[in-house]
This record gives sequence, structure tokens and C-alpha cells, in this order.
Amino acid sequence: MNLLSLHTLAPLLKLCFSGNPLVLLTASGLLLLASGMPACLFSRTSNTGQRITVLLMGTGSAIGLTGWFRAVSAAKPFFWMHPWSLPWGTFSIGVDALSAVFLLPILLIPALGSFYALGYHPQSGHPQSGRGLEFFYGMLAGAMLFVVLARDSVLLLMAWELMAVSAFFLATTDHDDPEVRRTGWIYLVATHTGTLCLMALFVLLRHIQGSFNLAALPANLPPPLPATLLVLTVIGFGFKAGLMPLHLWLPGAHANAPSHVSAVMSGVMLKMGIYGIVRLLILLPPLPIRDGAILLALGALSGILGMAFALGQKDLKRLLAYSSIENIGLIIMGIGLATLGRSLHRADLIALGLGGALFHVWSHSLFKSLLFLNAGGLIHALHTRNINRMGGAAKGMPWSAALFALGCIAICGLPPLNGFVGEWLMYMGFFRSMDAGLGAAWPAAGLAAAALAMIGALALACFVKLYGVVFLGLPRETGGAAPHDPAATMLIPMALAAAGCLFLGFFPQTVQPLLQQAVLLWTPSDLQPFPLPDSLVWISRLALGLTAVIITVCALLFARMRRQAAPNAMPTWSCGYARPTPRMQYTSTGFAQTLVALFAPLITPHIRLVRIQPPFPKTTSFETDVPDTVLDRIVLPFFRLTGRAFPTLRLLQQGRIQVYLLYIILMVTGLLCWVDFFR
Amino acid sequence: MNPLLNALLVLVLALNLFMLGTSRILTVIRMVTLQGILLGVMPLLVHEHAGLSAALASAAAIILKGIVIPFMFIRAMRDVQIKREVEPLIGFLPSMLLGALATGFALVFAAKLPLVGEHTTPLLVPASLSTMFIGFILLTTRAKAITQAMGYLVLENGIFLFGLMLVDAMPLIVELGVLLDVFVGIFIICIIVNHVNRAFSSLDTRRLATLKE
Repeated sequence: MNLLSLHTLAPLLKLCFSGNPLVLLTASGLLLLASGMPACLFSRTSNTGQRITVLLMGTGSAIGLTGWFRAVSAAKPFFWMHPWSLPWGTFSIGVDALSAVFLLPILLIPALGSFYALGYHPQSGHPQSGRGLEFFYGMLAGAMLFVVLARDSVLLLMAWELMAVSAFFLATTDHDDPEVRRTGWIYLVATHTGTLCLMALFVLLRHIQGSFNLAALPANLPPPLPATLLVLTVIGFGFKAGLMPLHLWLPGAHANAPSHVSAVMSGVMLKMGIYGIVRLLILLPPLPIRDGAILLALGALSGILGMAFALGQKDLKRLLAYSSIENIGLIIMGIGLATLGRSLHRADLIALGLGGALFHVWSHSLFKSLLFLNAGGLIHALHTRNINRMGGAAKGMPWSAALFALGCIAICGLPPLNGFVGEWLMYMGFFRSMDAGLGAAWPAAGLAAAALAMIGALALACFVKLYGVVFLGLPRETGGAAPHDPAATMLIPMALAAAGCLFLGFFPQTVQPLLQQAVLLWTPSDLQPFPLPDSLVWISRLALGLTAVIITVCALLFARMRRQAAPNAMPTWSCGYARPTPRMQYTSTGFAQTLVALFAPLITPHIRLVRIQPPFPKTTSFETDVPDTVLDRIVLPFFRLTGRAFPTLRLLQQGRIQVYLLYIILMVTGLLCWVDFFR
Repeated sequence: MNPLLNALLVLVLALNLFMLGTSRILTVIRMVTLQGILLGVMPLLVHEHAGLSAALASAAAIILKGIVIPFMFIRAMRDVQIKREVEPLIGFLPSMLLGALATGFALVFAAKLPLVGEHTTPLLVPASLSTMFIGFILLTTRAKAITQAMGYLVLENGIFLFGLMLVDAMPLIVELGVLLDVFVGIFIICIIVNHVNRAFSSLDTRRLATLKE
């Protein structure tokens, strides 16, 4: 009622004609939220509804992008507040450079994924789950958009919950499978544990400030408060981001969701956790050096262990999920460096750390979506997620192979592509931090550069393994139709993501103004801001030069090959073994074994080895598995233990009225005694 | 300080113990009736110049607790054809001792409560607490549903006693509301007693344990 009255309508109309980009962004968010709804009215078996969904997603994203361009080109923050009839908070939204950075993946990736789903998850092929998937897919995108726009903690929490719950329904799309249900529940528990911390955080903020507005806190808070706020922020948003000890929901949920959902979850939804941390950290008063160092250490832990776990995986999508944890680790390292910069009053550390982190947010959302979408095509073609059963896919799927190779190069942080840019900015930051008087924190910053290098090396090993085992060599499973490239509807979104990777890799300076503005939000006003452009232009020249060299060398080699006689096609030499089979190729597990053994104390691989004793041994089998240490070795056993302990409490449930009344009388008497003796 | 009020309170306490000690349900009903009538008189004695509201509350309490509720109980008892509480969880003598102990505790505890002295006779709060405890004892140690309902009524009597301190502060409507609640509660219990008897062929509430999951 209240919402419709003329009194409230007038400012809305005024806003609509004021050219405020928030109008377009809100419209886009509402369109995304509702994009799956019309499809629910169409038949289960027809694709028409899904096409309408794609159209709505595309339109919503296009409107949002227009608003985004207006907001970015205006280069100033926009804010709009409207009181509403809900009991708490106001509908206040805003967009500034930080929001704009995180808006871009939200406006791009879900739309690409929705288009991809036309080929990957057509409604006609999934009459049971298709419409629900489309409904929650749009809802997830819209909710994330409002998470980024919200300037009021109640609105933020509402959008946050909508996002978390739609992601739950998306992750459990194939809920006929008990494993999918299990991972879905783990996700739901984990995300709500995080939300619990966020509620505590926002209640504390409200207690300090007296309103739910997200505004900067006073600098002179009493001692336990800043640390408590930081811990709640990192845990609450860290659960969603998948920071290392809190990542327990991530691999299972990503592996069991449909691939375009995994792409959005990994590419965009994890970044909402990062957004929360980046947004909240500037509201807190300046943190001590120790806190920056802790963030650095957490990031490094996530990065190194995430990659170590990824190396051990044999499930294609679990591997990609662990690699997301590693990338989140990298981003957190960048944020840690920027936090150190704020504590030390060093504008260059803030610029390089935060700039690197934010750039990596874009990069990761592009190349991880590319890889997840590609993985979906692979799984369709090969009918398995197990890497050890794949092989030789490049012959039948040249386009997928090329795009996957591009994604791998990007994710390893190798020069001509976008993954390199963010990491390079962070490297420069770490090197510059060495000379600073860091005091107690210098080992953290010093070791961070080494950790970054180690993460890079592990990532390279992991993706060489992945690409080699999946695409090269011979197919391990013979029989069935030969794998072939997915349909154009699936290849085009991949190609677009790959184009984004290339563009950001070759011309990082184009996004420099936006990054610079975001960094300015983090830089205290009494500091001379540190300009980023030099390094970015330099990276662009390097990438272009390197590509030119590579192309020239390849062209020369190709020309030389043309002049020589064509070689005979021969099978690979198999050490003189008489009857080789494709199953004898290096497996993913075998390739990674040395590195996995190196991390064995931490990632505790589970190996079932059967000793072959007699001279004529029977048929036997060998199994390895890398369970998640936190989830399978700590959290689930703990829950099982408590699950066994709690039924003893059922002794209390006697079923007799007299006993229940006795409980009451005991309680009352106890309370009376307490009042009497202890007050 | 009213000597008559004190005497009545002592009588209430004695009735409490008597209730714990007898097995005949009809006797317990009479005790509760008598207690109800005594309580009904008290609002008139607490303050020297009792107004119309005190008189109204008093009349309502006497009618309800002295006539209507006992009548319902006796009818329910006749319907289900029982006369005695045969097997209480705690015997009659031990429960009397427990009741005496609770009264002692109430006296000690009430002495420590930070009460405003002016509007209480020294026995009012202990008598109220003790009556509540004894209601609880009846509720928890008796097996027959009808005796438990009596315990509920005694518990409410204790609360009524406590409310006497606030007779000026509490509006009449609250007083009457509480009485209505008690009436409805007892009314429903009397119906349920019949149903329990029919479903379980007994009034033993311990058999209701079969309803737990």
C-alpha cells in the first residue's frame, strides 16, 4: 500500500528522469531476478520458455551494462535512498568504483552461461529440472547484483540470503543423486554459518553507528571491537569466498552442479565474498600491521593448499573448484598487501595490492568460466568427470582443445594473457614492500612473494597435467562414439570468455581508470595516490611483443616443416613393451604423484594399495583418492561424533507429564536459588 | 497487619499439607474448595478500605472456586467412576514431608526477597510460594489426571495469593481474566479426563507415555 502511494511515487519518478545510472542498474537487477519466471508458464518439454529466459537475461545484462558504462564514465559515486515499510533499514543503493568492478562479472558471466545452457541443458532434455534451474539461475544473478549495489546492511543481507538460497537450489539441480543432495546440504549449512557471522557483524555495526547504513566507523573504537569486526568479516564473507579452512562446501557443490552453474558460482558468486571483505575493510578503522600479515598468510595458505588439493583430484570439476580456492587465495593475498599498505601509509602497496586483487577478480571470473563451460562440453562428450578415463580429446574436439589451452595459460598466470597482469601487480607490490619498515610483519610480506611464486609453479604443474591427460595422448576408453566439439551455442560463450581473457591480457591499460578509482577509495585522503598506468602499459607492450615473437617463431618452424618430407604416422615408442594399450599412458594420478606425496601430511591422500606377493598373483586393484582434509577428516567426523552423543539426550524425553512438570519445578527452584545465593 | 488475614493464611498452609496427605479424591476436592473460598475472602481483608473492585474480584473468585469448579470436578469424578488416588509416584507421607520442606524453603526464601514491607503481612509471600510448590508437588507426584488438575488449581491459588500484594496496582480486568483462564483450563481438563478414560481405560497419565514418538 505504502509503496504505491503518490507520496512515495514522486521521488521514484524524479529519479527515473534524472539520468542516474542506478535506475538502469536496478531495472537490470529486477529483470535478471524475474528472467526465469515466464519460462515456468511454458510446457516442460518445449524450449520456448528457455529461449525467453535467455532473451530476458541478455536484455537485463545489456541494460545493466549501459548503466555500468554511464556510472564508470561519470567517474563519481551515485547514491539513492528510499525509506520503505519494512521494519528495519532503508532501501539505499549506490554504485562507486568498487561496486562497478564487481558488477562487470555479474552482468557478463550469467548471461553467457544462460546462452550456453541452450545447448548444454536444454529444457526439452531435462523436463523435470530445467524450469527450476532457469528460475533460480536468473534469481542468483539478480540477487548478486543487489548485493553489490546495497548500501544498507539489511538490504545487503536480504540479497545475500536470496543469492545463497538460489545457489543451493542450483547446486542441487540433479537432486535424484544422493551425492548431490549431500553436497547441497553441506553447502547450505556452510553458507548459513557464514550468514550467522554476518548478522552478528551487522548488529555490531548497527550498535556502534546507530543505523544500518554502511558507513565508515569512528577511528577510536575500544580494543576488542576492531579485532572482533575483522574476524566476523573474514569468517562471514570467507565462507562464501571459499577461503581455505572455510572452503569445505566448495569442491562438492561446484563438482555436482551443472557446468554453467559452476561457472557462475566459481566465477561470480565467490567474488561476492571478496566484495564483502573489500567493502567492509575500508569501513573499519585502520588495522594494525599484524592483521594485514594474517590476511596475507591466510591467502597464501589458501593458494598453496588449494593448488595441492587440485593436483590430487581426478574429478575434472573438483579440480577446477580447488583451483578456484587457489585463485581466491591470490586475491586475498592482494587484499592483505593493500591492508598492510593502509597500516603503513604506503599508497604504492595499496595500489599494487588492491589493483592486482581486483584485476584478478576479473581475470578469474573470465578464465574460470571458460574452463567450467569447457568442462561441461567435455563431460557431455566423454560421459565421465573422471580425468583418468579421458584422453586424446584434442583430435575430436579441436575448438574445445584450443579454448581450454587458452584458459590454462591464463589461469597459470603466463604472460600474454590476463592471469599474468594481476599476479604481476602483486609481485611488484611484494617487492616494493621489502624495503619498507615493516617491523614484525616483514617475514609475511617477504614470504608472500615466494608463496606467490610457488602457487604459480603448482598451478602450472596442475594444468599441464590436466591438459595433457585430457586432450593429448590416446583415448583411454575405447568404444562409444568418438568425442566431438559441442554445439555452437556452447562454443560461442566460451569463445567470448576467451576473447575477454585475451583483451584484458593485451590491453590492461583500458581498465586502468576504473581500477585507479577503486584504489582511491582505499587510499586514505592524506596520502599522495600512486598511479598504476606505467606498469600496465608496460605489460601490454610485453604481451604484444611476446605474441609477435611466438607467432614469428611458429611461422618459421612451420615453413621449415613444410620443406621437409612428411613423417610416417607411428605409434609412440612404449619402451619395447610388446602389447601397449592406451590405459598404460600416464594417468592424472600418476603425473601428480610426486607433488601429492610432497604435501601428503597436509592433504592426507587415501591410498588403497594391494601388495602383490605370490609368483602368480590374482587380479587386483589399486585406488587413490584425495578427500578434503577439513571436511572429511575434521568437520564430518566431528558431526558424526556429536550425532552419536546427542541421542543420549533423548533420555530426557520420558513422555510422562509428571516428569516434564518436574523439569519445570527444578528449573524454577534452580532459578530461585540462583537469585537467592548468587545475586 | 490484619490478625484475621494471618489466621486465614495459616489455615491455607494447613490445608495444603492436608491435601498432600489424603488419598480420597473427594476430600481433596473439598480441601481445594475450602481453600478457594478462603482466598476469595482475602482481597477484602488485605486493605482496610476495600473498594468495589476488590469486592467484585472476591465475589468472582468465591463463585468460581467455591461453586462452579468443585461442581465440575465432582461431575467428572462421577463420570469416570474413581474415588481414590491408588498409586502415587511418591507415597502420601513422604509427599507431606516434602510439602513441609517446601514450606520451610518458602519461608527462608521469602525472608531474603527484596520486598517493599508496607503492603504485606509477613506470611503472605511464604504462603503464596508454598502453595505454588505444593501445587507443583501434586502435579508431579500424582498419577490420576483428576488429581493433577487439582494440583493445577492449587498452583493457581498460590499465584492468586501473590497477586493479593498487588491488589491496588492490578486492574480488575486482569484479575477477572486470570479467573476466566482458570475456569476454561479446568473446564477443558474435565472434558479431557473423560476422553483419556475412554481411550486408555484408565485415568493414569503415565500411560500417555505411549504417545511419545
